[in-house]
Amino acid sequence: MRTRILLILFAYYALHQDFWNWNTARPFLFGFVPIGLWYHALYAAGAAALMYFLVRWAWPERLEAWAEKEPEA
Amino acid sequence: MTPTLFVLAYLAIVLYIGIFAFRQSRGQAEDYFLAGRSLGPWVFVLSLFGTHMTAFAILGSSGHAFNFGIVTFGLMASSSAIVVPICLLFIGTRLWAVGKKFGHITPVQIFRDRWECGHIGTLIFFLQAALLVPYIIIGVMGGGTTLSVISGGLIPFWAGGLLVAAVVMSYVFFGGMRGTAWVNAFQTALFLTFGMIAVAVIGNGMGGFSSIAERMLSDAKSAHLLTREKYSPLAFLSYTFNPLSAIAFPHIAIFCMTAKKMTQFKKTVMLYPLCILLIWLPCVLLGVFANQAMEIPALAAKIDLKALTGRPVVADDVMLQLLSHFAPEWLAGMLGAGIMAAVMASDSQILALSTMFTEDIFAFYGARERFGQKAQVATGRLFIVLVTAFAYFTALNVKASIFDLAVQFSFAGFSAMMPLYVGALFWKGSTKWGALASTVWVAGCTIALFFAARGFTLFGLSPVVPMTLGSVFLLWSVSLVTPKPSASTVNRYFSV
Repeated sequence: MRTRILLILFAYYALHQDFWNWNTARPFLFGFVPIGLWYHALYAAGAAALMYFLVRWAWPERLEAWAEKEPEA
Repeated sequence: MTPTLFVLAYLAIVLYIGIFAFRQSRGQAEDYFLAGRSLGPWVFVLSLFGTHMTAFAILGSSGHAFNFGIVTFGLMASSSAIVVPICLLFIGTRLWAVGKKFGHITPVQIFRDRWECGHIGTLIFFLQAALLVPYIIIGVMGGGTTLSVISGGLIPFWAGGLLVAAVVMSYVFFGGMRGTAWVNAFQTALFLTFGMIAVAVIGNGMGGFSSIAERMLSDAKSAHLLTREKYSPLAFLSYTFNPLSAIAFPHIAIFCMTAKKMTQFKKTVMLYPLCILLIWLPCVLLGVFANQAMEIPALAAKIDLKALTGRPVVADDVMLQLLSHFAPEWLAGMLGAGIMAAVMASDSQILALSTMFTEDIFAFYGARERFGQKAQVATGRLFIVLVTAFAYFTALNVKASIFDLAVQFSFAGFSAMMPLYVGALFWKGSTKWGALASTVWVAGCTIALFFAARGFTLFGLSPVVPMTLGSVFLLWSVSLVTPKPSASTVNRYFSV
């Protein structure tokens, strides 16, 4: 599971480097948002979705119980 | 005049929130500096985000977009949308847990305990404090700029900065973490509400963004602002290292320890990218399209200067200029208050510095035992006054833009300190000597950057990349060959 999560995160990180949109402004979203901007807006929204799944799959469950437990003398 | 009154009324409200929080406090150090580790889920989400979104995000981003175009969003916003929540999920929760279990309030306390060191922790404190001050300065600069532009020059920059610094200092002074968190939550809600309204109103006032975009694209002088053709992909990649600074910022790390329950991080992690999107997209769009606002004399002068010299200009006020010109007075006032909300996020940095000083220096060197907790809180408050005064007088003489000041000093330095957190919290083999080597490296690089030319790169990479990789390498290599902390300490931290 851990490897799969790391691969997904790395793949998503790589998508940030959208060299294919580098030199073009079109197509505009809503007639005025250049593609280099709306791609990254979409990327940020996608990151929220990814975080939703990450919280479900990789939440450090044991950490809270460990923190709440009294430290040994 | 009306917008100024709105902003002044807003300042009065946040001051009241700080005083109200003061009435709720119990006078204990943990209560003042960490709100008794009792912040509820929504205050935690909004406040943590508000703590991270500063004058840099609002004024700095639009100013940078005015000069460099849409690349600004990819450089800082979308990279933060992925990197910051990941850091919060894995490192923030671990900081919360360690703080809760061992009663730590600051990162340096964790480092000292984890690596069994004293003076190395003090060195880390000084480096963190030195890197945080530029960030506080940009808050004062943002406050001065906002009030000066919103009032049409009626309130000069020095007076605006002074007023904002005084208000921030007062509610931090009285309210501590509780006051700061409540004000930040209020501020974030305000700006998230008004950011999109600002885009709609200004777009309408400028005659519609579609025609502006077409005009910009057909003009060779401005077409490049709608693409990234003048920006190197390697420099763009470098910027993804900057958001690593988020978790290493002492104000964010300390804030992670204020949550009542660890589950409160869940909402924050999931909503963080959306909040980034809602704040940065309007700022970048408006910054880019301000290049067509020739009817505003202040912007026309900047556009002409840019065309004449071919160099970027200081443009932190572009969004405010658009707002003052295109929005009706009452709305400009509301939106100005919203902008002021984000600009004033320097409160948490001032409080963090005060917390660090009283815990990592005052208490660590025995003054708490001698003078008691009340004296510690009083010292923290005195420190707040001194830091704010220093930031104010420095801000009056700074010539750099908000974006440059933040990226060159704060972001690069704190990103390079992030490996210390990972080493302390996740790697049993890390040692205090590795931490020392890494800290000295970051300090040396920061001093070198101070003397380097603006926009300095190494093989096309921004300084943040070699600084961070060097920090990782030194922490790792020196730790391998130096003695480890005792087994009991390592077991305490890794018994989870």
